[in-house]
Amino acid sequence: MLTSGRLRALRSLYVFGLMVGVAGLPAYAQSPAQILYGYAAQSGSAPVPSRGQQFFTTRHGREWACATCHGVTPTGNGQHAATGKAIAPLAPAFNPERFRDSAKTEKWFRRNCADVVGRECTASEKADILSWLITLKP
Amino acid sequence: MSVRIASIATRAWAALVSTALMGAAFAEDGPQVKSVTPLPAYRQECAACHVAYPPGTLPADSWRHILNNLDRHFGTNASLDPASVKQIEVWLTAHAANAGRTASAPPEDRITRSRWFIATHDEVPASTWRLPAVKSASNCAACHTRADQGNFDERYLRIPR
Repeated sequence: MLTSGRLRALRSLYVFGLMVGVAGLPAYAQSPAQILYGYAAQSGSAPVPSRGQQFFTTRHGREWACATCHGVTPTGNGQHAATGKAIAPLAPAFNPERFRDSAKTEKWFRRNCADVVGRECTASEKADILSWLITLKP
Repeated sequence: MSVRIASIATRAWAALVSTALMGAAFAEDGPQVKSVTPLPAYRQECAACHVAYPPGTLPADSWRHILNNLDRHFGTNASLDPASVKQIEVWLTAHAANAGRTASAPPEDRITRSRWFIATHDEVPASTWRLPAVKSASNCAACHTRADQGNFDERYLRIPR
């Protein structure tokens, strides 16, 4: 049986769906700002964009930095350090597909932090990086 | 009876079509693989870092070995949730190389160390492999302009200078 609370939630979901449909926007699950908010809440402190840039562009005792494949300013295509394949821009203002799904974002942080830092990144590091990427505008 | 004839006719037609497709994807000496539409999960999970290598470029044993070691994937961490790994493994091994010189596992499960790969690329000078636009033999798309569509036909070959 549906409680009135559940009904209200369903109704608001439906209205939201309609609004998205009417606006003709692609049905992205999340926004970069929402994902950033999630990491910031997890870390319990405010993200620092300059610290994110520093983290992104420097090496962490291993062969690659984030910037090795994504570029120092990831507003254009990068190139995979091993395979040479082009990597689409990472900054969300230059590539609307980026940071739209927190599970996908988590998957890539897990893989790439293992390669770059040799461990998983902390919520605070992820928030810093994403907050910097969001500041990059055309 | 008529159902049986129809099913035989369907199978004969399928065999004819697949024979016509065989070898169409690769140059004459390449692996005799059918051109198959990539599984969406394979494209999504594997083709972010490299071309969606056609499943017929490696034997099933190599694919299994690669998928069981994704956290140490040719020098990078490509780990994936177990359900996706299983789904991709089923598809890759179903379409893997199973005949001729593509059937034996190459050293380190590297496509580029397969005998057929070395033989079909022996005219490419060492200097070409070192070009920044090429960077690595695993970068098929540097020369095979339709590699992202699984098409390695020589007609679409453009070797950078």
